[in-house]
Amino acid sequence: MTTIAPLAFHPSAVPVTVDADKCIADKGCTVCVDVCPLDVLAIDLVKGSAYMKFDECWYCMPCEKDCPTGAVRVDIPYLLR
Amino acid sequence: MQTFEHEYDVVVVGGGTAGPMAAVKAKQANPALRVLLLEKANVKRSGAISMGMDGLNNAVIPGHATPEQYVREITIANDGIVNQKTVMAYAQGSFAMIEELDRWGVRFEKDETGDYAVRKVHHMGSYVLPMPEGHDIKKVLYRQLKRARVEITNRVVATRLLTAEDGRIAGVMGFDCRTADFHVIRARSVVLSCGAAGRLGLPASGYLFGTYENPTNAGDGYAMAYHAGAELSGLECFQINPLIKDYNGPACAYVTGPFGGYTTNAEGQRFIECDYWSGQMMWEFHRELQGGKGPVFLKLDHLAEETISAIETILHTNERPSRGRFHAGRGTDYRERMVEMHISEIGLCSGHSASGVWVDEHARTTVPGLHAAGDMACVPHNYMLGAFVYGKLAGESSARFSAEHGLAAVDAGQVEDERRRVWAPLLREDGLPPNQVEYKLRRMVNDYLQPPKVTRKMEIGLERFEAIREDLDRLKAREPHELMRALEVHAIRDCAEMAARASLYRTESRWGLYHARVDFPDRDDAQWFCHAQLMKDGQGRMVSFKRAIEPYLVPIADADRNAYRQLRIATPTEAPTEALPA
Repeated sequence: MTTIAPLAFHPSAVPVTVDADKCIADKGCTVCVDVCPLDVLAIDLVKGSAYMKFDECWYCMPCEKDCPTGAVRVDIPYLLR
Repeated sequence: MQTFEHEYDVVVVGGGTAGPMAAVKAKQANPALRVLLLEKANVKRSGAISMGMDGLNNAVIPGHATPEQYVREITIANDGIVNQKTVMAYAQGSFAMIEELDRWGVRFEKDETGDYAVRKVHHMGSYVLPMPEGHDIKKVLYRQLKRARVEITNRVVATRLLTAEDGRIAGVMGFDCRTADFHVIRARSVVLSCGAAGRLGLPASGYLFGTYENPTNAGDGYAMAYHAGAELSGLECFQINPLIKDYNGPACAYVTGPFGGYTTNAEGQRFIECDYWSGQMMWEFHRELQGGKGPVFLKLDHLAEETISAIETILHTNERPSRGRFHAGRGTDYRERMVEMHISEIGLCSGHSASGVWVDEHARTTVPGLHAAGDMACVPHNYMLGAFVYGKLAGESSARFSAEHGLAAVDAGQVEDERRRVWAPLLREDGLPPNQVEYKLRRMVNDYLQPPKVTRKMEIGLERFEAIREDLDRLKAREPHELMRALEVHAIRDCAEMAARASLYRTESRWGLYHARVDFPDRDDAQWFCHAQLMKDGQGRMVSFKRAIEPYLVPIADADRNAYRQLRIATPTEAPTEALPA
C-alpha cells in the first residue's frame, strides 16, 4: 500500500484561463494541451474543457495563439505582474 | 510502466531550432536513414523560438560582412577564447543557410532593391537582419520535417546517453512524461540539441519558470553529455542578460537599436557605446547600478509615433509576445515611459556567451558518434542562425558516421541503472517535492555563483550542491509530469556544480561580468589564454583542465584586441551619433 506523502496544500493563482463556453475539448480538441512546451494544461473530462493543471508557465502563448476558438487567455503570472 | 526498445540510425534529441535542422539534413544526406527527432515537449512549439524570432543577430551577408570580419568580431567579443575554426564554419555557412530558410518561406526584411536590410548592433560590423514576420518559423521547420519524412516522438524526456565499451555512442534513454514508460533507443549516431541550461539561477521574481530561456531547457543536454564522458568548455563564461525587470525577457535593444532606441541610466543618459550583449556590456550595466545611477532603462520615448508603432508590432507579436501584456499591466507605454531593466540570473548558453559542450567544425563532440548543436554547443555567440548552421553540420556528420558504423552493443547495466534512477521518485512512498528542491537549489546558485564571483562563496556553494545531491535520493514524484520535474532537478544540480567548478578553476577575470572574480580581478593572458575544459574522468570525478587555443585563422590586430573592453562612454553628454555610428 502506498502512503500519502505529507505535503501541504499550496494554492496558486494560475496565469492561463480557459473560457469553458468557447472551449471545444468535449469535441475532442486538444490543441492547447498539445502545443504547451511545459505540458501544464490538461482536459477536465467531466467539464469537457481545458484547464491549467500545473502552475509552471513561461507565458509564451502558443496555447492562446493556436486555440481554434479563442477560448484560451494567457496572463502574466501574478508574481511577475 | 513499461519499457520499450527502439532502433534508429540517427537520433536527434531536442526539436527546437538546431534539432529539426539536424534531422532534416541527416535525412537529406541519406534518405534511407532511419532518423528520429525526440522531443520532451511538442516539436510544433518547442524550444527557444517557440513563438518565432524577430531577427538574425549574426547574419554574414556578402556586401555587408565577410566571414573573416565576423570571426574577428566574435574573437574580440569573446576576449580571444575561441576556436576560430568553429566560428569560421558558422560564418561560411551563414549566408547559404539564410538563402535556404528564405526558400523555405522564412521572410527576412529586404530593401527596395531586394537586398537584405542588414543593421548594425555589434561594436564593429553589421550582422543584424530583421525578420518582422518571423513568428512562423516553427511552422516552416515543421513542414520540412514532414517533407523529409523524419520520425517524431513528442513528450519523451531524454535523461542519459548509452555508450559502448570503446566509448562511442550507443543510444539514448528517456521516459514518457505522460505515462512514465521507459524508452531505450539504440542509435548509430546521436545529435544533442537540448538548448541552454536556462533554469540554473532563480529569477528575482522567485517564479521558477520566469526564465529568459524556455524553461524546458533545464540543462538536460549538458548533463547528458557530461555523464557520457564528453568534454565541456567555457562553463565559467556564464550567460547573464540585460532583461525587462520581473518579466525577465528581452526588451529588446537588437530590435529597437536600429530604430534609435538605446540603453540609459536613471538620468536618461547613455553610458555604453554598444548594446550588443557581451560580458563587458553587462559589466558596465553592473557598474552603473553599483554607482547609484540605476535602474538602467531601455529608452524609446524620444522616438516618433510611427517608429514606436513599428517597434510594438515586432516586439508584441514575436519571440516573447506577452511582453506587450506585461507592459500594459505596468502602465508602460513606450511613448511615455522608459522600460525598466535588470541583470538576469545566471545560465549556461553558448548561443549568447560561450558555455557549452566542446565541438569541432563538424559539430562533433569528443565522444565518437555524438554531436551537439545550438545553444548547448560551445560555438561562442552562435544565436539562432548558428543553431541552424550547426544543426546542418551535425545532421550531415551524423549521417556520415552512421554509414561507417553499426549499432554499438547496449550495456544492460547502464540500462538497469538508468531505469532505476528514473523511476525511483515514482516508486518512493514519500519524500521531497521536486519544486521545493529546485527552488532551494536555484536560490543557492544565486547566493553563491552570481557574479561578481567570490572564491569562498563558490566553495560553500559546492558544499550546498553536494548536500542537495543527497536530497535527489529523496525526491518524490506523484505522477509522470512531476517525474519530469524531478529528473530536471538532477540536471540542474549537475549544471550548478559544473558552473561552480569551472569558475573556481579559471583564476583570473575575463568576459566582463560573466567571469568577474573578486579575488582575481585582472585578466591573466600568460596563464589563461586557453580554453578551460571540464569532464567526467575514468573514476567518475568532475575534473577541469586546460586546452590550448588553436592558432588563429584570422589574425587580430593589437589595436582591435581590446575593442569590446572600451564600451563605456567617456563623457556622458557626448553626442549619441558619434558614440554609435550608423
